[in-house]
Amino acid sequence: MGAKGLEHYLDNSATTAVSAAAADKAYQIMTTVYGNPSSLHSKGMEAEHELTAARKAVASQLKVSADEVFFTSGGTEANNTALFGAAYATARTRRKIIISSVEHSSVLEAAKRLEDEGFTVERITPQSDGTIHPEDVAAAVDGSTALVSVMLVNNETGAVMPVGDIFAAVKAANPQTLCHTDAVQAFGKLPVRARALDADIISVSGHKVHAPKGVGALYVKKGVRLVPRQYGGEQEKRFRPGTENLPAIAAFGVACGEFDIEGNRERVQRLNAYAREQLLQIDGVALNSPANALPYVLNFSAGRVRSETMLHFLEERDVFVSSGSACAKGKPSHVLSALGLSRDRADSALRVSFSKYNTAADIDALCEGIAAGLRVLAHR
Amino acid sequence: MKEILLLKDGEIVLKGLNRRQFEDVLKKNIRTALYSLGRFEITSAQSTICVRPLSEDVDLDEACERVGRVFGIVSYSRAVLCEEKTMDAVIAAAPVYLEKQLRAAKTFKVEAKRSDKKFPLKSPEICRELGGVILHEYPHLRVDVHQPDVTVYVEIRDFGAYVHADAIRGAGGIPVGTGGKAAVLISGGIDSPVAAYMMAKRGLRLTAVHFASPPYTSRRAEEKVVRLLQKVSRYAGPMTMITVPFTALQEKLRDDCPEELFTIIMRRLMMQMTERIAHDYDCAALITGESLGQVASQTIGALNCTDDAADMVVFRPLIGMDKQEIIDIAYKIDTYETSIEPYEDCCTVFTPKHPRTKPILKFVREAQERAGFEPLIEEALQNLKITQITPEY
Repeated sequence: MGAKGLEHYLDNSATTAVSAAAADKAYQIMTTVYGNPSSLHSKGMEAEHELTAARKAVASQLKVSADEVFFTSGGTEANNTALFGAAYATARTRRKIIISSVEHSSVLEAAKRLEDEGFTVERITPQSDGTIHPEDVAAAVDGSTALVSVMLVNNETGAVMPVGDIFAAVKAANPQTLCHTDAVQAFGKLPVRARALDADIISVSGHKVHAPKGVGALYVKKGVRLVPRQYGGEQEKRFRPGTENLPAIAAFGVACGEFDIEGNRERVQRLNAYAREQLLQIDGVALNSPANALPYVLNFSAGRVRSETMLHFLEERDVFVSSGSACAKGKPSHVLSALGLSRDRADSALRVSFSKYNTAADIDALCEGIAAGLRVLAHR
Repeated sequence: MKEILLLKDGEIVLKGLNRRQFEDVLKKNIRTALYSLGRFEITSAQSTICVRPLSEDVDLDEACERVGRVFGIVSYSRAVLCEEKTMDAVIAAAPVYLEKQLRAAKTFKVEAKRSDKKFPLKSPEICRELGGVILHEYPHLRVDVHQPDVTVYVEIRDFGAYVHADAIRGAGGIPVGTGGKAAVLISGGIDSPVAAYMMAKRGLRLTAVHFASPPYTSRRAEEKVVRLLQKVSRYAGPMTMITVPFTALQEKLRDDCPEELFTIIMRRLMMQMTERIAHDYDCAALITGESLGQVASQTIGALNCTDDAADMVVFRPLIGMDKQEIIDIAYKIDTYETSIEPYEDCCTVFTPKHPRTKPILKFVREAQERAGFEPLIEEALQNLKITQITPEY
């Protein structure tokens, strides 16, 4: 938390601090409501009530019905389930998958695997504004297209993709094609409404929204058939069997209940504007996030100091940021490369990402750190 | 853009002098259905009910779904209210508002209704002008007056001009509450929620009666019934659920009645008790989910024996339906998934190995009288549990 002592946590797109209420809920489930939701006795029933309450909390954020929400172990599993589940469901007749080239690796790698298995995968690159354009996707859709998967908010730049328009164009080209969006970075920050997006499948994750790690959810529109990824029980209507991770799930529900999308956006918008203003006053800083980016994410390059060096320098000052996406450490960022940034700029890119807990003091610490870093490190 | 919902009321138009009363009930039911979504103004004129959101952030998608489940509405459409009642305003609004539909379509036509005759253009002129503008803005479209993909409707009414695409079919039926009240026997299976839905569609307000036999049946089974009723009440409106403690009666049944008559006598007891509850709750009919020949207790002979137990008229809307037809409706009203959850209900407790399919009424009555259920019935009726059911969206 930004407010915790001198710590300036600016890596909320990687993960967030669990909110007090969500943590309390998880503790209560672990120590008191510890029954197995499938047990027939009342201990099981009270656990099932918690499960139902959490499902409703997630569903109400997506404006969908609770029986369209399936809990998973997180965003990665949700994305994998969406891709493999949709591809396998119509594998006999539809062999083409369309994704954007800037997806999270859990979509990219799953698509790669499907490609190895004989599916055709088409990757749409963003235009110069960092977003995927509907007409580019629609042009790739044909009669054999099983699935289109485009993320709602990019995890590295915060670019907001016009997913509603993309999916409308996809459905106009082939109404049978399923539309999936990875909304992990958007959930809790933008209104994510299944119907407004025209989405058939949506992935969300708990630990990006102040719930614990190890929980996510997949929205699957009623009537849409996906092939499960695992077998062995009645849980989640046999779609995702295995005893539910109830402490995390219930905490996820509580965290969803704490969303204040409008209120936080205003706050974070101000923080972001302040950060942009302060950063641009430092010689050698250039912003990489597009203008329309979600204010929660700010990607920029600082001089010619390598991302990782600057990251560790900042860390010594208790400022925590990310170089590229935390999941892709060490590799050059496919997202920034796709944006057409020069090698130098991509190598020095840093991502700061805010949460409702950040304050202007965190930004000041960041900027002081960057300025100092440029002074010290540039000469080494 | 200001959006409204336009609902066409159906059969109630036929109701002559009662029409006003029917329409008032319908409006009240719409208000109840939309209550949790925000504030709305609901007015009616010329067999159209106009629902106007009073705040900005109303979820109209959800509002549409909800009015789509209100009985008494044949069709509804989501329309945009033009800025002012002029042709320019119509031309400005229509192509933008219907962009998505027009882009997805290949052919279209415009249909105009002008009930405000002071509007300077006549209906065919409105069609021609707007059609021209749409063709200009969406050059991929062709006009097809016979079977267009999209019809653009323009309505010029006293209170304003509005534009909408094809209407969506409503739930049909008669407004809930205009036909009186009935008690529905609800078990937790597939059939009874469907029967409840069907009779609500004919204008009946429902009181649900459920028989519970703990520990032979679980709290989960009862909760499942609550969830089923929450689904049904999206159509039937809020209702009262009455849970009858049935354990003692079923144990007596097991101990003191011939095994092959277990089910038939149980059904009779349920009918008798429900009828007495129905009287207390101002219900004038009973509803069951029986379907002829489906199981041993639903043969002609068995139904005669069950019918004999109650004087009140019994509605069996599923009587001539196949299981699959019933399941189709259960899917439609979204009760199927819940219905098939595997909890024991009281109908499956103490089932005889060989139930009598052609029971003789005289013997059934005698067997029941010999056992002497009256004190237990009295006691059960003293200990009813009342649960208020509201729709679960």
